[in-house]
Amino acid sequence: MLLLLEQLLNGLQYGVMLFLLAAGLTLIFGIMGVINLAHGSLYMIGAYAAAVVAGRTGSFALSALAALAAAALAGIVIELVVVRRLYAREHLDQVLATYGLILFLNELMVVWQGRTPLFMKAPPWLSGTVELIPGIPYPTYRLAIIVVGALVAVGLFWLIARTRLGMLIRAGATHREIVGAMGVDIRRLYTLVFGLGALLCGLAGLMAAPIFAVQVGMGEQILIATFVVVVIGGLGSVRGALAGALLVGLTDTLARAFLPSLLRSALPATIADALGAGLASVSIYLLMALVLVWRPRGLLPE
Amino acid sequence: MSAADSPATSSGVRLRRALAMGVVLLLLALLPPLANLLGQPFLVTLFTRFLIYAIAAVSLDLIIGFGGMVSFGHAAWFGLGGYAVAIAALHAQDGTAFLGMPGTNEALVAWPLAMLVAAVVALPVGALSLRTTGIHFIMITLAFAQMIFWLFVSVKVYGGDDGLAMARRNAFPGLDLRDAATFYWLCLALLAGWTAFVRRLVGSRFGLVLQGIRQSERRMVALGYPVFRYKLAAFVIAAAGAALAGALWANSARFVSPDMMSWQKSGELMVMVILGGIGTLYGPIVGAAALLGLEHVLAQYTEHWMLFLGPLLVLVVLFARRGLWGALGGRR
Repeated sequence: MLLLLEQLLNGLQYGVMLFLLAAGLTLIFGIMGVINLAHGSLYMIGAYAAAVVAGRTGSFALSALAALAAAALAGIVIELVVVRRLYAREHLDQVLATYGLILFLNELMVVWQGRTPLFMKAPPWLSGTVELIPGIPYPTYRLAIIVVGALVAVGLFWLIARTRLGMLIRAGATHREIVGAMGVDIRRLYTLVFGLGALLCGLAGLMAAPIFAVQVGMGEQILIATFVVVVIGGLGSVRGALAGALLVGLTDTLARAFLPSLLRSALPATIADALGAGLASVSIYLLMALVLVWRPRGLLPE
Repeated sequence: MSAADSPATSSGVRLRRALAMGVVLLLLALLPPLANLLGQPFLVTLFTRFLIYAIAAVSLDLIIGFGGMVSFGHAAWFGLGGYAVAIAALHAQDGTAFLGMPGTNEALVAWPLAMLVAAVVALPVGALSLRTTGIHFIMITLAFAQMIFWLFVSVKVYGGDDGLAMARRNAFPGLDLRDAATFYWLCLALLAGWTAFVRRLVGSRFGLVLQGIRQSERRMVALGYPVFRYKLAAFVIAAAGAALAGALWANSARFVSPDMMSWQKSGELMVMVILGGIGTLYGPIVGAAALLGLEHVLAQYTEHWMLFLGPLLVLVVLFARRGLWGALGGRR
């Protein structure tokens, strides 16, 4: 029971990180109609910036700043130089061009920091544990991720539903030409949205740096999970991204934690372990397939 | 409809094109003795790799270029074909059975088996994926390929992460596949055969319906065609083609690993198709040669060749949409 609670929190924490990426990806798709494979690379850039600055200065505040700034800046440059030219193109072109960006950015990190993974420590004030419920110590850092992620989610919904920028974002998604005709600088709006998505990636990267090894390839790993989230939630829908992210985060974490032992109660140990590990690593894809059979356009399509 | 098949194409143009094709085939066939003459025998291995990838790229072009289905999971079939051959060989070697079936080291059994396995798996995967279109389809094929990738990573009996080695190449009646040149010629023949088959397919009624669907699915539905079945059939055929390439790859490297079905491989195959020219069939072959050649050349100068390949790819997509085949003056 205690283990279940702990794993639920872990799943929530993974889900929150997935949401930060999925929200940006789905917004960018919903508004600009662009599928950006390099989205995961922005997350990687954020994580690298955080780890490197933390290693040099030891200051968490500075590394947080570096992660956000690096990812947002990289995002804006990418939008201005490459992605902007892809808005009117087919999805195939978008996939290939941003695939080229992945190759480039990954290798850039190798040139900069080499192939050995970097590790980053959580700041001292976040590195202890908290007893949420008496008897269950839970790492403060992971809890902080959940809290920050929840705050960002609330902020994002507020931004989209209640602010002028959000109004433009919603209008831009459905009536692009009219928004332009009303005198709004659509190109700047697009750059802004892309930068916002990149900023969220940077935040996710910063959160991930003290938990996972910071290495080349981390971006694609989470990108593919993010795709699953977005497909489950419904492309272009931020609410769907939230639902999908939590569902995927929980499914993945719980399957990895409990499937092997559940199977072991029914099957011989060796078979159960092999099958359990296999099933656990594909659980989110099975979930996606199920959702697709049931609702091909996702759970909460726009 | 492709220009090459249109009645308007004069017989003279056709003759010239057939001649050009013959010359290229002849040159490729002469490669092993030439490589020996030049004292560069490794070229045979390099070109074998190119021929194998070209088979997979041509089959991907069938669904991207003619069916309008942008699959980002094509490497899954490549890997599945490779694993089918390697697993069959493993069971043949230690005399054990796989689900009651004996293993085999016979190419004429193992290779069709590889294609069959991929087709059987591609059927439900395609049926599910084809419930969606556009961007969803891209992401879902990617996700299914990842699923197959992780399955093989976790199956420790067949090597898991580390992959699975083959003790020797498959046995082919009358041929000694251990000989690099023989294996090369066999791959060349299979590439030529597969390309001819896909070309016939594309020009057939089936292919015309498929191209009609790419242009306007609604129109084909309205005309009463079972659109879903046509697309699914193309998807499965393309998977089988990639599996054949995978089976050859397993023989060429005598090793398979989950890397064969990684998302990067799927990306590479797409790059070959677009680099060469979508919907041209011959283009992807040129694209495969160009990508592998470029990798080979860049890798000689710098370990960080991706730093150059990435931006080059972006430039090709942005400014050279017709692909190399178009640039070479070839037509669809």
